[in-house]
Amino acid sequence: MMGVIKSIEELEKIREQARELINLRKDNENKTRIVVGMGTCGISAGARQVLLAILDELKKRNISDVIVTETGCIGMCRFEPMVDVIKPNQPKVTYVNVDADKARQIVARHIVNNQVVDEWVIPNI
Amino acid sequence: MEIYRAHILVCRGTGCTASGSEPVMEAFEKEIEKHGLSKEVKVLLTGCLGLCELGPNIIIYPEGTYYCRVKPEDVPEIVEEHLVKGRIVERLLYKERAVEERMRALTDINFYKRQKRVALRNCGLINPEIIEEYIANDGYRALAKVLTEMTPQQVIDEVTRSGLRGRGGGGFPTGRKWQFAKDAPGDIKYVVCNGDEGDPGAFMDRSILEGDPHTVLEAMAIAGYAIGAKEGYIYVRAEYPLAVKRLEIAIEQARERGLLGKNILGTGFEFDIFLRLGSGAFVCGEETALLASIEGRRGEPRPRPPFPAIEGLWGKPTLINNVETYANIPPIILNGADWFASIGTERSKGTKVFAIGGKINNTGLVEIPMGTTLREVIYEIGGGIPNGKQFKAVQTGGPSGGCIPASLLDMPIEYDTLTQAGSMMGSGGMIVMDEDTCMVDIAKFFLTFTQDESCGKCPPCRIGTKRMLEILERVTNGEGREGDIELLESLAKNIKASALCGLGQTAPNPVLSTLRYFRDEYEAHIREKKCPAGACKALITYEIIADKCKGCGLCVKVCPSAAITGERRQPHAIDREKCLKCNSCFERCPFGAIAKK
Repeated sequence: MMGVIKSIEELEKIREQARELINLRKDNENKTRIVVGMGTCGISAGARQVLLAILDELKKRNISDVIVTETGCIGMCRFEPMVDVIKPNQPKVTYVNVDADKARQIVARHIVNNQVVDEWVIPNI
Repeated sequence: MEIYRAHILVCRGTGCTASGSEPVMEAFEKEIEKHGLSKEVKVLLTGCLGLCELGPNIIIYPEGTYYCRVKPEDVPEIVEEHLVKGRIVERLLYKERAVEERMRALTDINFYKRQKRVALRNCGLINPEIIEEYIANDGYRALAKVLTEMTPQQVIDEVTRSGLRGRGGGGFPTGRKWQFAKDAPGDIKYVVCNGDEGDPGAFMDRSILEGDPHTVLEAMAIAGYAIGAKEGYIYVRAEYPLAVKRLEIAIEQARERGLLGKNILGTGFEFDIFLRLGSGAFVCGEETALLASIEGRRGEPRPRPPFPAIEGLWGKPTLINNVETYANIPPIILNGADWFASIGTERSKGTKVFAIGGKINNTGLVEIPMGTTLREVIYEIGGGIPNGKQFKAVQTGGPSGGCIPASLLDMPIEYDTLTQAGSMMGSGGMIVMDEDTCMVDIAKFFLTFTQDESCGKCPPCRIGTKRMLEILERVTNGEGREGDIELLESLAKNIKASALCGLGQTAPNPVLSTLRYFRDEYEAHIREKKCPAGACKALITYEIIADKCKGCGLCVKVCPSAAITGERRQPHAIDREKCLKCNSCFERCPFGAIAKK
């Protein structure tokens, strides 16, 4: 992407693109977080594919202000892979038995359209 | 553009590079590759994070987890635990000394909490070798703003209103300097950046040049626009190879991007920057000597006036500012003079970067708002004095400054308060001394430095500092005479009044300030032939306290001159003739049985 920046408008355009380079390092308190359970139980149940699917879906949709991170086992191993979605100023939503396909839909429905996917949310046990 | 879920920032400033961050970075790259995480996790280098003492330092985003003293062996565990399983590696977190609590994020720890990073805003946040990262964090936006929305005079007015003063030592109001250079008659003018940071223990400018070189380029271009210059020179020490390399990369990238050169951003403005390397002469930090050195002449100062703003590089009007001063310019343009003036105190605006060293727990780089007290810097940010020792004094301003005693710890850090206390802001070195430091010895140390670095052009500096140094050597060798103190004072007064440049004019300051606050130590050296701090070798003797000595023999083993003898389990003795006063036995004895007198 090297080339002479010929105008202020072009500089602004490059800034917009470049923002994604450092976005992950700034204002992280106010961003939506997706947390994937990556304990031994989560990994053996396929959490890795879930994580990759989420990253891929975010990339396809050009979403860069979402933090994707992992966490350890929380003790409900039979529900793994588990994914938490935490939007700013909203209660945490936990999805259970997620697979790659569900993960993509969670991104589409919950992250993009702000609709909680009720049927995959953790049951009240 | 690839989206990464995590960024691993490895500090590649000089401090962390020296403690081994390069192999750590390589280990991360290898380990990330091995785990197949290359598309999710990005490893990149960044500038100085400040806590050089604890290097190699790394930060992992998005959590902002701060790991210190990371070794290549630790890397597989960090990748496996933190990046694969999401579990923080507790043992590598920073431990807050006062509370013994492990802190996860850099922003949580006391060292950072009290800081305000303006000049260092990009250090430790961006990769200094990639111009897009600088652009992403508002880089070159200030330049765009001045070129399209402001007249040169408006730029200068903004800088003047901000209250910014020179960060290199003199503390001259920056806006006024710019105005002089703008008003000076002439078609050809130059902008110069003074990166000849020579104070012992100071590394503020180096960290900025290494961690955020583009900010200096951008500010110089802004200055060029303001005063009407087309060329700039950065004079940087050859002893800073990393800073030179990053500057070279930055200049090349800025030229490729058309942010330096002709018709910048399509506005018709033309400006380019060239590097000049200094070869280590302290005096070249003095502006007229620096200009002479850029021109290829011997680095010697000349009398002022004419000031460089009127007659500088190749006889043309020249604006010289220090690295840190420039680093403040883009934020002032973007956020406004009022924003900048709201930080700090009435007469000292903004922040100041300090390199804290000496007898302090958190050796490193800090940026604090003006008006912060010395106590806050030394105890809260710096983490206090190691090994439970007592604070004695802090030297600010390097060899041109002076020491400030414990009684003034609550003094706010400002240009004027420091000057009143007999020291100066200087460029921002801060050397902390504890009870074991002899103040006469410290004065001798700094004077040895300035004497050594005196260019020899003017006699007060060349001969005067030599005579002062001889007296100090005499005093610390136990050969001090009555009248030495008065002689030092009179020499100091005359040198200050008559030396040609700042080097000579300030060289006596360490002597004067130690005399002002620690005169009793000088007197003890001269009259009683004693060094109260136990630092001057000629004035101390080592003795074994028979009651405390268990005859363990450890001191015998460490003594390099076989001066200690004794039967096992019986009190030992030191042969004063053979003793080299190396302090080894004193440090080794587990029973405190060795006395220094």
